[in-house]
Amino acid sequence: MSWEIVIGLEVHVQLATKSKLFSGSSTSFGAKPNTHANIFDLALPGTLPVMNVEALRMAVSFGLAIDAEIGMKSVFDRKNYFYPDLPKGYQTSQLAYPIVGKGSLTITLEDGSTKTIGVTRAHLEEDAGKSIHDAFPAHTGIDLNRAGTPLLEIVSEPELRSAKEAVAYLKKLHSLILYLRISDGNMSQGSMRCDANVSVRKVGSVEFGTRTEIKNINSFRFVEKAINIEAERQIDILEDGGKITQETRLYDANKNETRSMRSKEIANDYRYFPEPDLLPIMIDEAYVQTIRNTLPELPEAKSARFQSQYGLSTYDSNVLSADRDTAEFFELVAQGCSNPKLAANWIMVDLQAVLNKQEISISESPVTTESLTLLIQRILDNTLSSKTAKTVFEAMQEGNTDVDGIIEAKGLKQMTDTGAIEAIILQVLESSPTQVAQYLAGEKKVFGFFIGQVMKESKGKANPAQVNAILKEKLG
Amino acid sequence: MLNQGIAELEAMLDNRSCSSVELTQAYLKAIEIHNPRLNAFITVTTETALAQARAADERRSSGKLSALDGIPIAHKDIFCTQGLKTSCGSRMLDNFIAPYDATVVEKLAAAGAVMLGKTNMDEFAMGSSNETSYYGPVHNPWDLERVPGGSSGGSAAVVAACLAPGATATDTGGSIRQPAAFCNLSGLKPTYGRVSRWGMIAFASSLDQAGTMTRNAEDSALMLQAMAGFDPKDSTSADIAVPDYRSSLANSIEGLRIGIPKEHFSSELNPAVAEVVHCALSELEKLGAKLIEISLPTSHLSVPAYYVVAPAEASANLSRYDGVRYGHRCQSPQDLEDLYKRSRAEGFGAEVKRRIMIGTYALSAGYYDAYYVKAQQVRRLIRQDFERAFEQVDLIIGPTSPHAAFKLGAKKDPVTMYLEDVFTIAVNLAGLPGMSVPAGMLAGLPLGMQLIGPDFSEALLLNVAHLYQQITDWHKYQSTFAQTVCTEKGAMS
Amino acid sequence: MDKSIIENIAQLARLQLTENEREEATTSIGNILSLIDQLQSIDTTGIEPLAHATSSSQRLREDLVTETDQSETLLALAPMAEEGMFLVPKVID
Repeated sequence: MSWEIVIGLEVHVQLATKSKLFSGSSTSFGAKPNTHANIFDLALPGTLPVMNVEALRMAVSFGLAIDAEIGMKSVFDRKNYFYPDLPKGYQTSQLAYPIVGKGSLTITLEDGSTKTIGVTRAHLEEDAGKSIHDAFPAHTGIDLNRAGTPLLEIVSEPELRSAKEAVAYLKKLHSLILYLRISDGNMSQGSMRCDANVSVRKVGSVEFGTRTEIKNINSFRFVEKAINIEAERQIDILEDGGKITQETRLYDANKNETRSMRSKEIANDYRYFPEPDLLPIMIDEAYVQTIRNTLPELPEAKSARFQSQYGLSTYDSNVLSADRDTAEFFELVAQGCSNPKLAANWIMVDLQAVLNKQEISISESPVTTESLTLLIQRILDNTLSSKTAKTVFEAMQEGNTDVDGIIEAKGLKQMTDTGAIEAIILQVLESSPTQVAQYLAGEKKVFGFFIGQVMKESKGKANPAQVNAILKEKLG
Repeated sequence: MLNQGIAELEAMLDNRSCSSVELTQAYLKAIEIHNPRLNAFITVTTETALAQARAADERRSSGKLSALDGIPIAHKDIFCTQGLKTSCGSRMLDNFIAPYDATVVEKLAAAGAVMLGKTNMDEFAMGSSNETSYYGPVHNPWDLERVPGGSSGGSAAVVAACLAPGATATDTGGSIRQPAAFCNLSGLKPTYGRVSRWGMIAFASSLDQAGTMTRNAEDSALMLQAMAGFDPKDSTSADIAVPDYRSSLANSIEGLRIGIPKEHFSSELNPAVAEVVHCALSELEKLGAKLIEISLPTSHLSVPAYYVVAPAEASANLSRYDGVRYGHRCQSPQDLEDLYKRSRAEGFGAEVKRRIMIGTYALSAGYYDAYYVKAQQVRRLIRQDFERAFEQVDLIIGPTSPHAAFKLGAKKDPVTMYLEDVFTIAVNLAGLPGMSVPAGMLAGLPLGMQLIGPDFSEALLLNVAHLYQQITDWHKYQSTFAQTVCTEKGAMS
Repeated sequence: MDKSIIENIAQLARLQLTENEREEATTSIGNILSLIDQLQSIDTTGIEPLAHATSSSQRLREDLVTETDQSETLLALAPMAEEGMFLVPKVID
């Protein structure tokens, strides 16, 4: 019997505004508890929300990036429930009139094929504060620094059919929000959090099975594992003739299992109604157009352009365009050195290895676009061979950006003086009479031996093309 | 001088016949002596009042800040006042010292007004008699056995008893106009958005509006002038210029079309009340106004619609009172649920709990459409009734309340109490400005008439009310209690 | 209106009611709902609900951090706070 997994994702993205959605408190991460919570964030009596225009701009730009309908009229609602990290006793969110309506994201699967996933909606809402359960013996501590940070909740259609598709969708979303610079996308700090609605059904079935919601999964890896383990659990139950209970579950990464969150099961009735403290947000086509005009070139368009403009392969251009900073780094180097393929290779292979090793992003790279450009230029002007270039690059990883200085200091300048190369060649030929005789007798493969000897004598600095030419001439 | 209004006190300060300190001391003294019988103040701010008065006197030589400079006033205890208890009439906030000033408080202070104290009110402004206050009922100076009206009962009693020449107040369903009518005052509820709600503790956010409680229309104009205006801290406040209300007070109303809503004069209305309003209308006719009968066909549904909308908003607005960050917290809670349930059960009074429950029910799954959506649809019909009426007339006038002040404890049944606001509630649902002005007496108790205008027509309401007060004396009638206050030995005259 | 509904509403609203209060609420809220039920007397098909009395739209603010640390003052208002945090009885998730 064969089963199909059906997944819909709800992704909460913290928007990278300086101040909160409805107050002038800072959104910065890691401050001392409650130092970024003002009278509004603490829901003091008489305080009122005033919305941050930047959060609106970010939400609209996301909507445009996924080709979505933009809510020309959007309305905030109150979602009522009691929890200590929710100071007002309601979350200001959007229900009937979200800022972003139906859109879609195209994901690339492992076999290279693509699939378009529907995005149901994306709406603005406030983040909650944090409950600290382990700081006090008998109490839970409440830190409201995060309360009121703007969130964009992005809801997908239940169109994902495997954990791998879910991860591909998440990665695509992650790439997009970084492209748009609307979030830092840091999953470990909670800037991007994912809830997964998972159900299973027999292949060929049209009806959806009963779903469970897995809350707050905080890495790509855990998303995959959590979905798979939950699907397995559901299949086991169904195959034993059981029934799935619609409920909220928590993924425990240590035990690699999901478990029911009973605290969330107390019948919640959120009693949504339009937020009376906030009038509808009305935007017009001109505003949308302004934002459209400032949208960056998005990954697909960029990848296509890299192929046509720089002659890169589909694979290379997809890799380079997946991240906006990498793509911009590439373009600067490619244009600076006029050899896009070489630039692509150096960035994808050598630089990527350095970044992986140092666990840093390209924006923090010790190798700058200027230094990498110069390095490639030195290869192209024959100052460096591809081998000596690697030696220079090693020094550049430590933060040294003075390419010519490194070449000078290490004495790596390629030997291009014909006279000097000729002198070495004559010396090699003189000291290898046996090999010369073999060559003259027709053993052409001995030619490689002479090349090797010349390069050795020149400490690798002799220009290989010149060595080749002069040797041929000398050996007549 | 305690029997003077704001404009008269302004003149006295201008011609140096008294100082702000003398004035303030006189009021503080009168409050000390007479407030205990009224229970109209929750807090009296003697020290800050005298400091503000001294500052007003010192700066007077170099010109005054506004007409209100040096004039003592009282604030309804719904407005946050920095460093002072701000209770909203509730045990929940009995220990709450506000860390900031409401915009209204800030603006009046910036205009030079002197704060005498904070006035008693129905708990969280939920009431029409001032009997739901944690601090006990307020007594009406016209008859201490009677209610002053609510929820701004303390502000009304204070001004009616000459313990302050003016006071701030708020109105969600009639909470300024009905107490003004019961206490023979001029009470103005401005258009929704005219005055900032920042720092004004919310009851029902889409209906709440701050306004004024004074002896006459001119004083209302002076106070509103200082209070009104766009506030970046309240995104629902209107970014519309504030006119000079005083300058248009004496404009001619020749040809003004006044609408008389037939639904406000139904056969169920006490004929004596109808008679009083009709007399007032004929006075306005003498000033050149034309009376036109109009219809507000949905007005009979305003009370039912209000008792869905207001409790629904209140149920969410009052969720923040959970015993965690400020306010009342129960002793030794067993767990989180216990903390919430007992803190809220102990902190809120019966009427507040009742309205939270009605609102919670109206919003709950399965009832939302039948109650909340339906009420908001009716709300639109009510608003449209007024819009249609204002195509025909410039102003609408009717009774403020179906009767004069009733006895304390007379209305124990909530529904009976809710029907108190039958004429005033529609104005809040529609967001319009409304004003009650003294229009006559019935068995020794004052009666008010209500003026209702289109959006942002406060200047017209004040103009009509002022002209009416130029040719009538009702607003000058004073209770025996007030006369005693004003003639008391020690009170300077 | 019956007591079980009142109990459910009180739970949603986090209000502890005594037996007397429950009975009183059952009656009074029942009466109030009868008043509210007058709304059903009118046909409102196709009428758009009115949530705000004003027809204007929302004004937004610039993205500026305008607040400074007020935690000392604000934590002083709390019934129970320690180490910069508000305390509630331990929550078990």
